[in-house]
Amino acid sequence: MLNIKDISKTFNPGTPDEVQAIKHVSLAVPDGAFVVVIGTNGSGKSTLQQLIAGACVPDSGRIELAGEDITRWGEHRRAALIGRVFQNPFSGTAPTLSIIENMALAARRGQRRGLGWLLSGAVRRRLRDRVAELGMGLEDRLDNAIGSLSGGQRQALTLLMAVLQRPSLLLLDEHTAALDPKASDQVIRLTRDIVAREKLTTVMVTHSMHQAAHLGDRLIMMVNGEIRQDLADERKRRVNVEDLLALFEQVRRADRLDASAAELLRSRYV
Amino acid sequence: MMLLIGSLTIGLILSLLALGVYISFKVFSFADITTEGSLTLGAAVAAVLIVRGVNPLAATMAGGLAGMAAGCITGLLHTRCGVHALLSGILVMTALYSVNLRVMGRSNIPLMSVKTLPQQAGELGDALFGAGGPVPLWGWTVEREALAGLAGALLVAVLVALLLYLFFKTNLGSAMRATGDNAQMMRAQGIHTGNMLVLGLAISNGLVALAGALLAQFQGFADVQMGIGMLVWGLASVIIGQALVGPSRFGLAIVGAVMGAVLFRLLVAIALRWGLNPNDLKLMTALFVLAALVLPTMLRSLRQRKAVRHA
Ligand SMILES: Nc1ncnc2c1ncn2[C@@H]1O[C@H](COP(=O)(O)OP(=O)(O)OP(=O)(O)O)[C@@H](O)[C@H]1O
Ligand SMILES: [Mg+2]
Repeated sequence: MLNIKDISKTFNPGTPDEVQAIKHVSLAVPDGAFVVVIGTNGSGKSTLQQLIAGACVPDSGRIELAGEDITRWGEHRRAALIGRVFQNPFSGTAPTLSIIENMALAARRGQRRGLGWLLSGAVRRRLRDRVAELGMGLEDRLDNAIGSLSGGQRQALTLLMAVLQRPSLLLLDEHTAALDPKASDQVIRLTRDIVAREKLTTVMVTHSMHQAAHLGDRLIMMVNGEIRQDLADERKRRVNVEDLLALFEQVRRADRLDASAAELLRSRYV
Repeated sequence: MMLLIGSLTIGLILSLLALGVYISFKVFSFADITTEGSLTLGAAVAAVLIVRGVNPLAATMAGGLAGMAAGCITGLLHTRCGVHALLSGILVMTALYSVNLRVMGRSNIPLMSVKTLPQQAGELGDALFGAGGPVPLWGWTVEREALAGLAGALLVAVLVALLLYLFFKTNLGSAMRATGDNAQMMRAQGIHTGNMLVLGLAISNGLVALAGALLAQFQGFADVQMGIGMLVWGLASVIIGQALVGPSRFGLAIVGAVMGAVLFRLLVAIALRWGLNPNDLKLMTALFVLAALVLPTMLRSLRQRKAVRHA
């Protein structure tokens, strides 16, 4: 269970660059739920993920995960509970290390690292089987540097790495945005299979209306650092791509209205 | 021949310097100028202790530990106090200059008249193979102690390189390599990447100080100036090593760093023999490293420009 209570985040407060990225957001995600997050550019989707992952600290509010108050935990400590896949395929893996080394490092996510060998015969066999499950033929290239793989292959491996140790929460931030359509489909299929099989609690950000309409059991739309729409269960199931596009159009029109209203006020009073 | 053996011995000792610089510069991409201070620190601590009658092996180890402490401080300045990477090294190096003078009490400590590790190696050699005068070797005669010293330096270099290789294969060591590769990823894997850098710099400067402690004993004195230019010297060794083994994983890269250190020391000896003014040595080393850093990218862009013209 992820429980976000009234968190806010302002970047560069008190300067001309001040941005209120997250404004009093509350969100409860029960165990096993798959939440898809959409929203306009700069609406705070990535910032929300970073706040949950501990890559940045909220100005106010609380974050609870798996029964613990993790608001003050550092990013590395939260990693014991959270698996992540980033937008950039280069972000999730160590390029000069081999596929198997990357996997083995991820298999110990959040655990102490001592002077035992990273790779033993048993570890190797277990990880090899997991890589083989991807059906990409990578199990025969385990000792190749992971930097030599394509973006799609890397994202598939990063996803697998995120769940090798079952996470209490899986965070996906536009993890297919940098991929070509074919690789993107492949990674999305893999995402759906893994989340369903392991019954993972998942928060996934996407720009793809198609993904948003067809994945997950709850849909959240963010606008200007706030949650504008929250569709669950039956309403989420009925949503299609056209509905979502209409939703965005509505937001855009409202924004334009705000802008013209502000213009009107300014012309009147300034 | 004596010149060759001497150069090989010093080259092997300086391979510890190269391995230290490999960790800071290649694994963490951290140009750590602490290196210059910690090399002298290792030499100073070991020399003072040896002169006081401490067992040379223990004194050498103490020198290494002092270097680790120096590396820790640089790492903590950067990760905990947010000091710029280069500046934290500069601060510690500058502070170490005074510390080293304090430790030594003066600017130079001769070690000719006390028992040091190379002499112990010589005695051990005599005990094993019987004492005697110079030994013939491929038509040359060489001092026994020089041979024993070479054997000892080889042993140390191989041992340290092997330990480092094994360390990089452990959970901790692999996490260290991966942190240097991609810190964001390793934070997401539960690593406190700041602490990892501190540990890396501690090991790096520990090795450098060990090199300093051994160097002082082999050259017969510790001097407060002996660290100057040693970071660039280490870089040159690592770069040569990389040229020898190619862009490869850490195993070969470690071997390369050792070979590079030895080869570079030989090249320097030859250059000096041919009449290079010793005063120009550091200029030459700096130019060499500059060329090695800049030439590959220049050649690449040149090739690209040519390719564009042909297209
Ligand atoms: N580190 C930062 N420093 C300053 N401002 C930031 C920082 N990170 C994000 N912002 C700002 O906060 C706002 C929200 O950014 P965020 O990256 O969360 O948006 P997003 O919804 O993920 O957008 P996109 O769809 O483009 O990925 C933006 O205005 C952005 O400029
Ligand atoms: Mg984003």
